[in-house]
Amino acid sequence: MKIAVCVKEVPDATAHKRIDPGTKRLDRSGEGALNAFDANAVEEALRLRDAAGDGEVVVVSMGPERALNSLRKALAMGADRAVLVADDAAAGSDLLATSLTLAKALEREQPDLVLFGQQSSDSDGAVLWAAVAERLRRPVISQVAELTLEGGSLTGKRQTEFGYDTIRAPLPAVVAVADSINEPRYPSLKGIMGAKSKPQETLSLADLGVDASLAGEQGSRTEVLALSDPPPRGEIRKLEDDGTAAEQIVAFLAEKRLI
Amino acid sequence: MKVRPADYPPPFAPSEAIVAPMDPASERIEVGVLIVGGGPAGLACAIRLGQLLEDSPETAERLGEVPVAVVEKGKAPGSHLLSGAVVNPRALRRLFRDRPALDGVPTYGEVHGEAVYLLTKGASLRIPPPPTMRNHGNWIVSVSQLGRFLAEQAEAGGAAVLPETDAQKLLVADGRVQGIRTGDKGLGRDGSPLGAHEPGSDIAAKVTVLAEGTQGHLTGAAVQRFGLEGVQPQIWALGVKEVWKVPRPLRSVVHTMGWPLRKRAKYGEFGGSFVYPMGDDMVSLGFVAGLEYTDVELSVHDVLQELKTHRLVRKILAGGERVAWGAKTITEGGYHALPKRFHAPGLLLAGESAGLVNVPTLKGIHYAVESGIMAAEAAFRSLQRGESPARPGAFASYDEELRGSYVLRDLREVRNMRQVFDKGFFLGGALASAQTVTKGKLPPKDFLTEANADRTLIRTDRAASYPKPDGKLTFDKLSSVFLSGNRTRDDQPSHIRIQRHVPLDLAELWVNMCPAQVYEIGAEGGDGTVHVEVNPSNCVQCGAITAKGGRLTPPEGGSGPEYTLT
Amino acid sequence: MLSKAASLGGDVAGVIVGSGVEGLAEQAGRHGAATVYVADDARLEAPLPQPRVDAIAQLVTEKQIETVLFAQSILAADVASGLAARLEAGLNWQLTDIAADGGTLVGKQSALGDSVVVDVGWRSTPRIGLFRSGVFDPAEQVAAGAVERFEPELQEHSLAAEMVEQAHAEESGPSIEDAKVIVAGGRGLGEPEKFALIEELAKALGGAVAATRAVVDAGWYPYSTQVGQTGKTVSPTLYVACGISGAIQHKVGMQSSKTIVAINKDPNAPIFEFADLGVVGDLHAIVPKLTELLQARGS
Repeated sequence: MKIAVCVKEVPDATAHKRIDPGTKRLDRSGEGALNAFDANAVEEALRLRDAAGDGEVVVVSMGPERALNSLRKALAMGADRAVLVADDAAAGSDLLATSLTLAKALEREQPDLVLFGQQSSDSDGAVLWAAVAERLRRPVISQVAELTLEGGSLTGKRQTEFGYDTIRAPLPAVVAVADSINEPRYPSLKGIMGAKSKPQETLSLADLGVDASLAGEQGSRTEVLALSDPPPRGEIRKLEDDGTAAEQIVAFLAEKRLI
Repeated sequence: MKVRPADYPPPFAPSEAIVAPMDPASERIEVGVLIVGGGPAGLACAIRLGQLLEDSPETAERLGEVPVAVVEKGKAPGSHLLSGAVVNPRALRRLFRDRPALDGVPTYGEVHGEAVYLLTKGASLRIPPPPTMRNHGNWIVSVSQLGRFLAEQAEAGGAAVLPETDAQKLLVADGRVQGIRTGDKGLGRDGSPLGAHEPGSDIAAKVTVLAEGTQGHLTGAAVQRFGLEGVQPQIWALGVKEVWKVPRPLRSVVHTMGWPLRKRAKYGEFGGSFVYPMGDDMVSLGFVAGLEYTDVELSVHDVLQELKTHRLVRKILAGGERVAWGAKTITEGGYHALPKRFHAPGLLLAGESAGLVNVPTLKGIHYAVESGIMAAEAAFRSLQRGESPARPGAFASYDEELRGSYVLRDLREVRNMRQVFDKGFFLGGALASAQTVTKGKLPPKDFLTEANADRTLIRTDRAASYPKPDGKLTFDKLSSVFLSGNRTRDDQPSHIRIQRHVPLDLAELWVNMCPAQVYEIGAEGGDGTVHVEVNPSNCVQCGAITAKGGRLTPPEGGSGPEYTLT
Repeated sequence: MLSKAASLGGDVAGVIVGSGVEGLAEQAGRHGAATVYVADDARLEAPLPQPRVDAIAQLVTEKQIETVLFAQSILAADVASGLAARLEAGLNWQLTDIAADGGTLVGKQSALGDSVVVDVGWRSTPRIGLFRSGVFDPAEQVAAGAVERFEPELQEHSLAAEMVEQAHAEESGPSIEDAKVIVAGGRGLGEPEKFALIEELAKALGGAVAATRAVVDAGWYPYSTQVGQTGKTVSPTLYVACGISGAIQHKVGMQSSKTIVAINKDPNAPIFEFADLGVVGDLHAIVPKLTELLQARGS
């Protein structure tokens, strides 16, 4: 059983996130961290590997060279090795360009199962798996809250707007897990100490045979045109109850067209 | 009713933090030298050890797979580091002598100009800087950034730097320190394991170096266990600081004294502010007040907000934006509060947790680095000889070296300068000047001081003058805690030990003192007591509670603030 | 979505893909679709994305459609993304608006936790956009659209996943994450029984009930309703906080609510720093009266 987990380094949750007005890209100069939602996917991969008794979990990512620091968290949790596509020409990739590069890296690995986390905390994206599955021509199930493997197929239970669906698909397949699927383990101290010496591979676009014109900003079909501040939050009103507070709340809700 | 925080001691015994090794030998993690604390002292120690072991591979060989490890409770090295900071570069120069890393030390340049002001509410008087506050040629740094840099250097030198790892207990057996035990992760509020529970581990070490910074959790326990108490109890100050992006550069380092603090001795308000440039577009400013203060309404966070409304400071910040906030205590006991010895069998003490801070000069980072270097050299000497570092006196040379160095010489010179301010601002100021001029020979008698928690509380209308937060220049505590990047998991056991039913005065002291809004006053208990509600997840681990009647213990590793600019 | 598309100029078509869905075509027409393309196929019955990618990609290619817009849902997001890869098209998501601008289209994207608005464009056609649900008001048109059927060719890998059991809309009240209105209670309620006040107010507003960590810890209300750092993160249109101080762990879970009303007796409660309307007063007096007024309005 070989499982690839697609993960991403994102600005640390506490960092002040901003889009650089010059490059119009997310400013990634600050502290980076493993996208918290990806830890659920790593955890699920480790559980599946351990339940199967053998196999390999490889984390696959795209990002600057220093993103290896964040991938190490997945290795400390127990993943076996890491593959990072780090190439200046890949910077600024949109969904289309990212899915192409990532699919090439996954084709090289030939995993039985590709896992994604629920979303990325920086772009609020929750779409990449479907594009990658399309490029790999494999079935995809998203938002999976319960995953079981049996023989050559997997069954996922997932929450939708209407309740729970149960979907089955043959392997190899692509699955995006919800964060309710498990509680990611804490890396053990031994895991943290051993992470540095696990195999960590950095690949260029050329290594994957991806033409630079199909990656990065060049290969992207969307663009950022301008940035602006969101409309200001209305003024803050505060009142002391003089016996008419309930009436005043109703008036406020009516004014805001909330009732 | 006269209330002293010390009369309501926390439900915590230092002996709780000392245990014999628990894990079976087969599961124990073994390292050569274990350093607790990824700050300037601990990391300088790790870097120096790396240098020494590189030149002595046979010693490194004997230390096993992991010759040097540093455990750090913060999310990353630097996450919990906060200081002014203007650094005397002397010790860093020695650490990186003839090495390219010296040019890589992240600084905001040298201090070129300085100004000291005596403030009143409406005015400021520029006074000549006292000799202890002359900083020409010193480096302006963010100690948080310095920590990250030093951690990279330590790793490059072969040390294993282990963040998100809290040293919960000191392992002691056969009369010697054998390492530490890390805390559990994934415990629920009541202490029972949650789904992802990961138990703590013993880390066994030939030598353990405690470099925990202010309020060292294990240092306190070790000092008691090995009878290392100094002549006087340790005391602390609380500092709250902010970093601002500003449109106009500040050219000099600024210190202020006086307002908003009050001069009379009964208030016990000793402290001042600093405003330092950080390059052309940022300034760092903070307020530090000694925790011997008595007024239950004093809040250092709000005093800092008040200070910013002064014309002198407002001008510097005009058009700017606050980008960082944090709080931390500073060890202030000085020479008289130093431990009797800086070592015990298997153990070395370094940096601020060993009391190495010079209050009059507002410096401690170079002592931390220097003592870290010396601790590394002492550990190495012992390990190289292949002797047992547990032999009593094996580290006596560390003590001798430290005492013979400028570190202890400096501290001795200024030994009474901090204490005399118990006598109020003017008399204290005069006595301090006498000491400066005579290099500590006058006045001839040593002034002793009492523990912060021993001061009887008073109540004045202190809070009336705090400005109402406007969200632009002045801020409330909650939005500040947000800015600290704090994301302590809030369903873990509380790491703050206090008595929960206390007199109203003491509860109010905690509420106002805490810069992170951890304490709230709950239901009345009749008889003048109240219940204290605690929000441990707001805690930025400044340590003030330990000085004023409670006890901070380390929460789950990785908790707390994530400072990057402080 | 259709109404918005109609306002942009150009030809607007609705696309309906499913099984037994023909009845929806008329509705689509009423909201501005000049043509409604319908693929009605038993193999499209289950709400799975990949066969829909096949169907829509085929239509976009055949009809040379330049822009494909979706309203956000779990299914729509997966279809939009798969379609982007299939057609080598750009996909912008988290859109809150779109406008015609000199022969092309510019979308408004709300990014970084709504802290910045980004104008986004497409460098080629087809353009694909995924919009936050509920950002546009439907407008009725007089003319009904012409219905045109098409037969999608489905690919092998698109049919690999199969629905074993399909969800049905739950009949119980909205879960708090989906609720448009949330009424939350905190320690200020004083005792667990007082949650009845919150429940009644929630009912009057057609909303869901939430709780703070403190009261969940105290066992007053179930964990599934906890909003905050360790509970759920919600962003309803209206959040009414009763007896909640606004501690940091609660704030992070609800601060992106569109409108926040807070009732608390402590004038210094931090929640007043970020509530749109802060009411300093006794919730035990205010909440029942508020419920009564709302019920009177509703009836």
